[in-house]
Amino acid sequence: MVLGTYKQITLARSTDKQIQKISQDGGIATGLLCFALDEKLIDGAVVAGPSDEMWKPEPTVAMSSDDILAAAGTKYTISPNLWMVKEAVRQYGLEKAGIVTIPCQTMGLRKMQSYPIGVRFVADKIALDIGIFCTENFPFESLKTFISAKAGVDFGLVEKMDIGKGKFWVHTADDVISFPIKETHGYEQNGCKVCLDLVSELSDVSTGSIGAPDDWSAVMTRTDAGETIFSKAVDAGLIETKAMDEGKFGLEMLTKLATSKKEKAMKVIDERKAMGLPVPFKASNEKEGDPLANV
Amino acid sequence: MLARIKEFLGMEAKPKEEASEQEVEKVAEEEKAKPRIGYIHLSGCTGDGMSLTENYDILAPLLTEMIDIVYGQTLVDLWEMPEMDIALVEGSVCLQDDHSMKELLEVREKAGLVVAFGSCAATGCFTRYSRGGQQANPNHESFVPIADVVKVDLAIPGCPPSPEIIAKTVVAVLNGDMDYLQPMMDLVGYTEACGCDLQTKVVNQALCIGCGTCAMSCQTRAVTMTNGRPEINEDRCIKCGICYVQCPRSWWPADRINQDLGL
Repeated sequence: MVLGTYKQITLARSTDKQIQKISQDGGIATGLLCFALDEKLIDGAVVAGPSDEMWKPEPTVAMSSDDILAAAGTKYTISPNLWMVKEAVRQYGLEKAGIVTIPCQTMGLRKMQSYPIGVRFVADKIALDIGIFCTENFPFESLKTFISAKAGVDFGLVEKMDIGKGKFWVHTADDVISFPIKETHGYEQNGCKVCLDLVSELSDVSTGSIGAPDDWSAVMTRTDAGETIFSKAVDAGLIETKAMDEGKFGLEMLTKLATSKKEKAMKVIDERKAMGLPVPFKASNEKEGDPLANV
Repeated sequence: MLARIKEFLGMEAKPKEEASEQEVEKVAEEEKAKPRIGYIHLSGCTGDGMSLTENYDILAPLLTEMIDIVYGQTLVDLWEMPEMDIALVEGSVCLQDDHSMKELLEVREKAGLVVAFGSCAATGCFTRYSRGGQQANPNHESFVPIADVVKVDLAIPGCPPSPEIIAKTVVAVLNGDMDYLQPMMDLVGYTEACGCDLQTKVVNQALCIGCGTCAMSCQTRAVTMTNGRPEINEDRCIKCGICYVQCPRSWWPADRINQDLGL
């Protein structure tokens, strides 16, 4: 159960040429949101949009496909998307909001829905949560260090960043530079170290590149809402699928990385508990059942 | 009735047949003896009570079929405080106000469950800033969460608590759903709240992940996000505690979330 509960797991990619060109991997988050918006399954979405500063995302309420396309592609730094959820409902008047979240954000969203203690009439307006796979996230200054010091590239020249095959990749107009992902260790944000979720176990649909070949994404549909929207997008021909490879570079890889994230986090959780430091998750000796569950 | 309320709230996405049978029995039982509820108004602004009434869709059947309001200023024409199953206490208590102190102590005697309803009762909230020296009584200086004076069983913070959490809590109480109520029981101990808890209890503890839930939840827009971390405008903070209460890194109700999602 290291991948959480899901209905189906598959490889997928957006069939739209423009989305393929500008988005990360299979462009599933971008493709699904555009589709959901066109079909009026959502009336807007909270995404990590562009800000005044290059590569520093800003939580944005996307009201059109253009807004969503402007937010395409992974930014390897913090975008507090939950911050904009109330704004999306109150100021933008969304009745059926979509949102893209990384696993920890999915958790904030779901806690707010189950316990909307001080959040009035927002929880019921969330129609679709697309969860992104996440191994860890980086403060913006860490990202700057990777680009300028480790890759030796001017921040303004970067066209795309990517993590895959054990490396951090920096693309410019005429060059691709990489350095081992190991070199990013120590630069991740500290809160990630107790995180037990790589695959957004609580999202409606989760997606990411781990376990997928180049230009494809792995997709897991989890809730009825997620399964419905994904199947509709596939039926409409906007997303194409193919079976996921069970082997070393497919499901096995995803399972291995999700397990390793959980095992590392459990070690930190147990150490913190032993020291009396607060942590919202159960220590190994407090867990009944699955020792790696996100509880 | 209960099913209707649950449907309205989107609770229990996939009820099992077995469970719903038990529920029906339980509800049938409960309906024989409707819980007697009192509303006690101390130093609060009535916003918590207003939030309760925002449950338009379910309020009428709730009041007529599921509970009995047996005590409350403006709600019930009754001088003497009766025995109650549940007392909702709105507002903090002023230590210099003999009437409020007497009423709170009496509530503890007369009520089975005392609920700190809203942040004033739960954490002191806005009244924490009081320093006395005002009209009508300059001596009214010290306003504290009710748990400082009497034993409290449940706390529902919020300025005000959302209409949904009030309805969800009522349903959980009617159902005897202690799992759902557990966080509210735990929150009884959270009486010294402040936006700075985000810094001391989350960021300082290496737990913040910059998700922005705190900034979304803040009911006075005192919290913004700077470089992926919460920043508190202390002039706007009313010490209600909601930012920390909603933070996914303060407490984590995993089982309930899975149940609600049908996962």
